[in-house]
Amino acid sequence: MLYREAGQFKTTYAEDQQIFPIRQDRIAMALLLVVAFVVVPMIANQYWLAAILTPFLILALAALGLNILTGYAGQLSLGTAAFMAVGAFMTYNFVLRMPWLGIIPSLVLAGLCAAGVGIAFGLPSLRIKGFYLAVATLACQFFVLWVLQRVGWFSNHSTSGVITAQKIVILGYEFVSPASKYLFTLAVVAVMALAAKNLMRSQTGRAFMAVRDMDVAASVIGIRMMGTKLLAFGISSFYCGVAGALYAFCYLGTVEPEAFSLDLSFRVLFMIIIGGVGSILGSFLGAAFITLLPIILSVLSGAFSHVTGIEISYAVLSNFELIVFGGLIIFFLIVEPQGLARLWQITKEKLRLWPFPH
Amino acid sequence: MNWAFFFEVLIGGLLAGVMYSLVALGFVLIYKASGVFNFAQGSMVFFAALTFVSLTERGMNLWVAMAVTLGVMVVLGIVIERVVLRPLVNQPPITLFMATIGLTFVLEGLSQIVWGSQPHGLELGIPDVPMEWLSKSANINISQFDLFAAGVSGVLVAVLAVFFQKTRIGRALRAVADDHQAALAVGIPLQHIWAIVWAVAGFVALVAGLMWGARNGVQYSLTFVALKALPVLILGGFESIPGAILGGLIIGASEKLAEVYIGPYFGGGIESWFAYVIALLFLLVRPEGLFGEKRIDRV
Repeated sequence: MLYREAGQFKTTYAEDQQIFPIRQDRIAMALLLVVAFVVVPMIANQYWLAAILTPFLILALAALGLNILTGYAGQLSLGTAAFMAVGAFMTYNFVLRMPWLGIIPSLVLAGLCAAGVGIAFGLPSLRIKGFYLAVATLACQFFVLWVLQRVGWFSNHSTSGVITAQKIVILGYEFVSPASKYLFTLAVVAVMALAAKNLMRSQTGRAFMAVRDMDVAASVIGIRMMGTKLLAFGISSFYCGVAGALYAFCYLGTVEPEAFSLDLSFRVLFMIIIGGVGSILGSFLGAAFITLLPIILSVLSGAFSHVTGIEISYAVLSNFELIVFGGLIIFFLIVEPQGLARLWQITKEKLRLWPFPH
Repeated sequence: MNWAFFFEVLIGGLLAGVMYSLVALGFVLIYKASGVFNFAQGSMVFFAALTFVSLTERGMNLWVAMAVTLGVMVVLGIVIERVVLRPLVNQPPITLFMATIGLTFVLEGLSQIVWGSQPHGLELGIPDVPMEWLSKSANINISQFDLFAAGVSGVLVAVLAVFFQKTRIGRALRAVADDHQAALAVGIPLQHIWAIVWAVAGFVALVAGLMWGARNGVQYSLTFVALKALPVLILGGFESIPGAILGGLIIGASEKLAEVYIGPYFGGGIESWFAYVIALLFLLVRPEGLFGEKRIDRV
């Protein structure tokens, strides 16, 4: 009843081409932003802000980056965490060595460095395809982390290998409290998500999708393979790099190679698979799912042992979490291979007809 | 240059490479027959080794334990086919790949819940010591166990080759690998074949698990041998059993040599990525690996 587009006539091209052509979507989006920027920092407690919402946003950004590469341009990558590590370490170095630069330009420059690394490791994609490429990106994962560990310059010759991230300062205001870090992250993520959404509607995005769907056909209609693939690697790594910097500066508070292990790469990959490959919304849904799942599981098991009186040992619990996690992934792939974003789309289509489907 | 030392490193590397090949074989089998890149192979190795070692620790005879574990792996293969693969028929390869990553988590959790997560030692009765006559006569230290492992893998490959070339099931497997639809059209039961392939891969995982377990102990880090096998896999080609063997030899030898002769210049620790870089450089020349199927596309 409420979700109808009847009567919304579009009289200009600009109206026809806006991001959310349906008025209800625009209202919902505005409400969501208001809730995220104003309501959440007011009502959420420190734990939720620092341990759940901030990492959720950061991982959503990383998932968005990977989605650009894997979901839109069709190049499977297992090196996400390496690009994130580059972003984190380079931000640290820019802030350390060029303090006059400010945090935002440092973030952008670090993202560009990650993009450079991404393009370098994207070069094989011109020759190698499919799973061969996926394994090749593993080389990036191991090599980059090795370099960051071995070359002292990156960690400013720190002996422990764990560096404390600098404070985020903009115009003299220090982002220290969880709420302020959350807002900083949210602002960055919102801007970059908007940019990604627009980019994917542009000629570049369509070129990505053409390469994904059939590379021969894409090159026949005049899309340059090399430029497009490398651009996809560059943009994706830029997003991952910024996400990695936020991960270190807003969430962990430290910059260390161990935080960016292969495990993180896989988690981000799970996010886009569960959320929806080739969907901006899907990156967020997937990130929410993967971040919340362990918390829900531990709450459930706590409730279980409270009700039945059986104490579950930590080892069993963590292994049980593994099983449920893996099982859910398989379950989701079987039930909805196109992810949560597809479920949302189906819901919207149903809503448009509700309550009279015929 | 000290040639005796060089040969010692080279042979040690080749034999280590055979161990990589053992794991890579499992990947190749499944990829060949179903086009699934089975990331869970590493955790299957872990699962098999842990089951075996736990059974022997509970006083079971070595051979009985091996038979029981083999039975468990066959059942596991059938269950995986039924629960995971059958509902995912006709999905894109990346979906199946993701499903096997999910499977990895399930297997790791399951094996540690059932058997506990403490590390075990595994004793197969072959000591991991240099052979005396060789170190005396030529001053080259080659571990007896390495040779034994190489022998086992040689036998395994021979058995698999006969199985694939001469038996009825083997021919059906090759037909399925060639073309799913054509195989179905001539009446080959696809689902049985997949169950068989996963069971065979389980058997290979058991052998690999025994070898690696005897070498490094049976513990969680055994799952990481899969990561060691991946460069072997892309070097040799996903679809080729000889490729897996040869790739393993190349990777093993060059990795050990690089570690000894190049490593010191970089400050060590290069083994984590060196194999990948070799494989990557190789792929730039031959994108389908040594013996992988050539796909002709001109883009």
